Amino acid sequence: MNKAEAMLALTLMAIAGISVIAFVVARSRAVASAGGNLAGMHSRPGYHGLYAWLCVLMTGYGAYIVVNIISSFVVGNQMNSAIAELAPDLEGLQAATALNDARALALGGVASKTDALREELARIFTGINATRIWALTIVSLGAATGAAVWAIAKVREGFRARNRSEKILRTMLWIAASIAIITTFGIFLSLIGETLNFFSKIDWRIDKFLFGLTWSPLAGVHVGEMSADKVGAVPLFLGTAMITLIAMIVAIPVGLFAAIYLSEFASAKTRSTIKPVLEILAGIPTVVYGFFAATTVAPFMVGIGDALGIPVEAESALAAGVVMGIMIIPFISSLSDDVINAVPQALRDGSYGLGATKAETITKVVLPAALPGIVSASLLGVSRAVGETMIVVMAVGQSANLTLNPLDKVTTVTVQITMLILGDTEAETAAGPAYALGFALFVATLALNIFALRVVRKHAQKYD
Amino acid sequence: MLDAGEVMVGTAKITARNVDVFYADNQAIDKVTVDIEQNAVTAFIGPSGCGKSTFLRCLNRMNDTIDICRVTGEILLDGNDIYARDVDPVQLRARVGMVFQKPNPFPKSIYDNVAYGPRIHGLAGNKGELDQIVEQSLRRAALWDEAKDRLDQPGTGLSGGQQQRLCIARAIATAPEVLLMDEPCSALDPIATAQIEELIDELRASYSVVIVTHSMQQAARVSQKTAFFHLGLLLEYGETSKIFTNPDHEKTQQYITGRFG
Amino acid sequence: MTEQMIDMAGLSAKHASVEAAHRVKRRHWAEFRLRAYGILAIAVAVIALLILIYTIFAKALSVTHEHYISLTVDVEVTDRQMKRVEDPNPRLLPNLNKLVRGSLKETAGADLDRKGRKQLNALLSTDAGLELGKAVKADPALIGGPLRFDALLDDQLQLYLGGAFGTLEDAGTEGEITITSGDDDSVTIDFAPAAMTEARAAVQQDRALEARNARRSARDQARAFDETEAALANAADEADRQTLQTSLDSYRAARDQANQRAEQIEAQANNVAAIFTLREDDPSIFIQINRGWIKLTQLGPDRATGVIMDPLTEMGTLASGDWTALMFERPEAERKINDRQMLWLENFKRAGKIESMFNWRLLQSSDSSNAELAGIWGALVGSFWTMIVTFLLAFPIGVMASIYLEEFAPKNKVTELIEVNINNLAAVPSIVFGLLGITVLITGVKLFGTDLFDGILKSITEDPRSTPLAGGVVLALMSLPTIIIASRASIKAVPPSIRDAALGLGASRLQTASHHVLPLAMPGILTGSIIAMAQALGETAPLIIVGMNAFIQDPPGDPLDKANVLPSLIYLWNNQSERLFDGKTAMAIAVLLIFLVLMNTLAVLLRKRFERRW
Repeated sequence: MNKAEAMLALTLMAIAGISVIAFVVARSRAVASAGGNLAGMHSRPGYHGLYAWLCVLMTGYGAYIVVNIISSFVVGNQMNSAIAELAPDLEGLQAATALNDARALALGGVASKTDALREELARIFTGINATRIWALTIVSLGAATGAAVWAIAKVREGFRARNRSEKILRTMLWIAASIAIITTFGIFLSLIGETLNFFSKIDWRIDKFLFGLTWSPLAGVHVGEMSADKVGAVPLFLGTAMITLIAMIVAIPVGLFAAIYLSEFASAKTRSTIKPVLEILAGIPTVVYGFFAATTVAPFMVGIGDALGIPVEAESALAAGVVMGIMIIPFISSLSDDVINAVPQALRDGSYGLGATKAETITKVVLPAALPGIVSASLLGVSRAVGETMIVVMAVGQSANLTLNPLDKVTTVTVQITMLILGDTEAETAAGPAYALGFALFVATLALNIFALRVVRKHAQKYD
Repeated sequence: MLDAGEVMVGTAKITARNVDVFYADNQAIDKVTVDIEQNAVTAFIGPSGCGKSTFLRCLNRMNDTIDICRVTGEILLDGNDIYARDVDPVQLRARVGMVFQKPNPFPKSIYDNVAYGPRIHGLAGNKGELDQIVEQSLRRAALWDEAKDRLDQPGTGLSGGQQQRLCIARAIATAPEVLLMDEPCSALDPIATAQIEELIDELRASYSVVIVTHSMQQAARVSQKTAFFHLGLLLEYGETSKIFTNPDHEKTQQYITGRFG
Repeated sequence: MTEQMIDMAGLSAKHASVEAAHRVKRRHWAEFRLRAYGILAIAVAVIALLILIYTIFAKALSVTHEHYISLTVDVEVTDRQMKRVEDPNPRLLPNLNKLVRGSLKETAGADLDRKGRKQLNALLSTDAGLELGKAVKADPALIGGPLRFDALLDDQLQLYLGGAFGTLEDAGTEGEITITSGDDDSVTIDFAPAAMTEARAAVQQDRALEARNARRSARDQARAFDETEAALANAADEADRQTLQTSLDSYRAARDQANQRAEQIEAQANNVAAIFTLREDDPSIFIQINRGWIKLTQLGPDRATGVIMDPLTEMGTLASGDWTALMFERPEAERKINDRQMLWLENFKRAGKIESMFNWRLLQSSDSSNAELAGIWGALVGSFWTMIVTFLLAFPIGVMASIYLEEFAPKNKVTELIEVNINNLAAVPSIVFGLLGITVLITGVKLFGTDLFDGILKSITEDPRSTPLAGGVVLALMSLPTIIIASRASIKAVPPSIRDAALGLGASRLQTASHHVLPLAMPGILTGSIIAMAQALGETAPLIIVGMNAFIQDPPGDPLDKANVLPSLIYLWNNQSERLFDGKTAMAIAVLLIFLVLMNTLAVLLRKRFERRW
């Protein structure tokens, strides 16, 4: 830890310390002001302390964050103008590297290169940074102390410290709850910016993106071109759809029949052994499934293909789809199990009372009654399969073939997003198609999810 | 307890002898012996938890669906032991239909609800016959006029009383010989109850009807025979009129006069 | 509907009919089928799970041990190396490769040309010299004296010694053989016909397979020929006909040639008296006499020729038992360790110089591009820091959000929006969270420069991607819905009577929530949180998007160091071509699974221990 870091750490701890002091002082002042008649106070002394504590923490750390944001902005600007003055002919990337090196030199790190310019910059940076750290320390400590004095001064017999601090705490609770909204908006905003940027690069030919048949977005990148004819995502949509379909062909029957057996036929003991076993499948990370698909299932299928004389690609949709299906089995089975169990026993009794067998009761009464729930479980399963990344990244390739043959190489939306982001192409260009795909994925899964929930909700109204 | 002279041998549809029922280790029914007559309504009355519903469910082996339930003794339907090894409960239940406490129409159309039994048992040779069975059953259940224009609408959309009549129509359509009713009116309002009671009285002409009821007035109104259960024992069984006017057993007297229950 | 009446009593009679009995039988059969489908479905799922677990653990077990060669080194260091020994920086190590190699050469005890020396040195791991350097640096007193040093072997040898390529099998010891010396290193061996049956059978089998492949390629050519012929018959255009005719001719030639070749090979494979010339793609066959080795180059029914790999102590006629024929089934062309290296290793093995030790390195060292050196420690530490960040963010926020939603939230549009959003977030694909994370980080750096992150205690000289802080924040956002949903269920399960009691005594709603509801709901909340953490621990896609898939050789010291996590290491290793990584990946997965099992067990125990029915 260097000197600057130590100073900042000390500042942060000092704010915490001031808050504790404020708590103790406010509390004892409250006790003193009550003059032995604690029952006469509006709030118990502890709440006066709590109020002071909260005030100091909020102002202190708030000031710290605000000053940090402003000052880092200022430092960035000053460094940029410094480099513009010292070496006006440096290009953007070189300038950025020089700045990074200067920072590294100043902070005791390892620079890619050391020269006069960098040393000069480092010197300037050290100066500005010292000012910045002093500003941070003084302002935030000042704010904390001010808040402490203010809050302690407030302590009086009639002061509604409890209501005030509870209001603060409730606001914090509200903020915590609204993080869900913030996240959704955050996702939307971070995707939409690059997506629109990308669409503008292809002259707003969104139709070509959605319906074009050739996917090779980086083909013209080295000459700075992004051609609308080469960003047709249909091969990816088709690949995703095919793998999803294979996964569902595996997962829905297996999951559904397993759920039927467990909820209608199995003894309580079997049920309590098998259910956790299925849940293990759900708990296995997707990267493990990806490894399994790539190293066990795919070679096995290639082997079978060889034996039968059918050409099977090592990166076929089939292997990834089957493994994805296995992954989704517990998802379908546990959701189906829930909806099957939610069918009232009275309906089963009614059916048995008419002389129906168990199978007839299940297929003619229970399943039709549970159908909306099963449909929605399957839709949620589809949404999972569409958004699943690791299995396909590890088990299928990047070749965007337009094919309906499950034994052929395919690629999916998630694979392309991953490869574009992780690839060697610089982020500025690769991000466009990746974010557009991400946006499409987000919208599709969101729509599936909302639709599935709506199906369930409609169904739930019918029964009670 | 049971006066042998009262049971006319030729007309007994169901004969139960020394029936015990256990839920795991708890005995719910203790040595019940009773004869259910052909073409009559038999009412089972008694305080809550006395075992009357449990015994009713023995008559079509609905208790088989509960794992921990064990039945001993002998129950004969037309002289054949229904708990014999070769008796299939599925076939038995087709002959001994059941209507439940709470109306439980399937989430299907009215037509499909009624056609359910005939379809699974293959009673109708063709669509025409099935239509007829449905119509006839709905008529017998006094639901035809209300339902004939909405046969394709879900049975769950009917009112409570209508739903229960639909369930009765559904039971009738399976062409049973005995109809078991487990407190069929407990979830219904008085008007719907009256309709169902009227219906039960009509059904007597074709079926043996056994009804479990909490309401003594109902037992008195609809039944010819009444059995009084108490703590798993059948305390008294006989003509309804006799039970309600001049019971043999002191407990019966106390119960029907409302001193406990 | 007609007015005609159906006789219901007649219908009743149907129940007792013979048809009804048949029908019931069919219906029960249908029931049996449904039950069988259910059992089948469960069997499919369970078998899939078992295969998955089995393949992973079987692979993982292949790397439980690592293999060393035990050498004796006279430790001498040059001045430059001495400087490194004396340097206080623990990372600065002298590379004592020369010493290790010299000692290895002595142990092998052979005069070697350049190529041979290269092959011999290739037995050692890249870092063998540095490891010796490390030992010397730790105890400089070793300098000058002889030192027993176990040098790590290269990854291909690790695989070989783990049995991944097969084993050197006996291929006959019976009968008398006579060895006659020829030109150079070559020898002729005469033997009784029964002596080499296993070896001959293996070669014959090999040739039969080759013949089948030749037949298959001939068939392919024939098919192409037929297709072209048909096309030619239909082709109208003269130019087309010309090209088709040319290709037709070439297909015919190829077909005939392939057939001819297949016939030749078949004839040889079936010929009892055939003399096989052994190639690189045949099994390797050796004859061992004491420490001397002959590798066969030709194998006839009673005579073979070979080259001497290690000098023979005896020549001439040898009795049964004085010699051993050995065979390695996997051909030299299909393994990365050649016959020469294999024989050295066999000699070392017989001399007791090969040590196998439990593979602590796999758990203790971090990532490396050399398969034999790579370990998971760095990734484990990365996962640890990431989980700490995730938990510290997601748990308090999740609990606070749940308390708000269950205890305070008014029934209005905003609350509804929050609830809808929580449910939807649970279904957003993880990769989208990765995109969110990387966008926020990049935008943050763009707007404020990396100085912003300096304010959080630590100087990041590059960008904040690839750090546990970044990964942890993304995972926290992903885990929030799970934690909130579980916490709300748990809070909801606390009966209202307890709230009423507290409120009735004059407690505020916040006091009620924090003093009474929260403690009662805590076991459920913790259970849900542990399960969410277990999910986060296995999460990969968003982390590799935010850059936690970098090649990092040192374990991170804190959440602001560059790091990768266990799942992203698995992803990285899976992309490596060295086969040893396959086993190591499986071992990394096994470790990950063990952690997940522990966490889930903890959750289950917690639930059992504190389960309360109201």
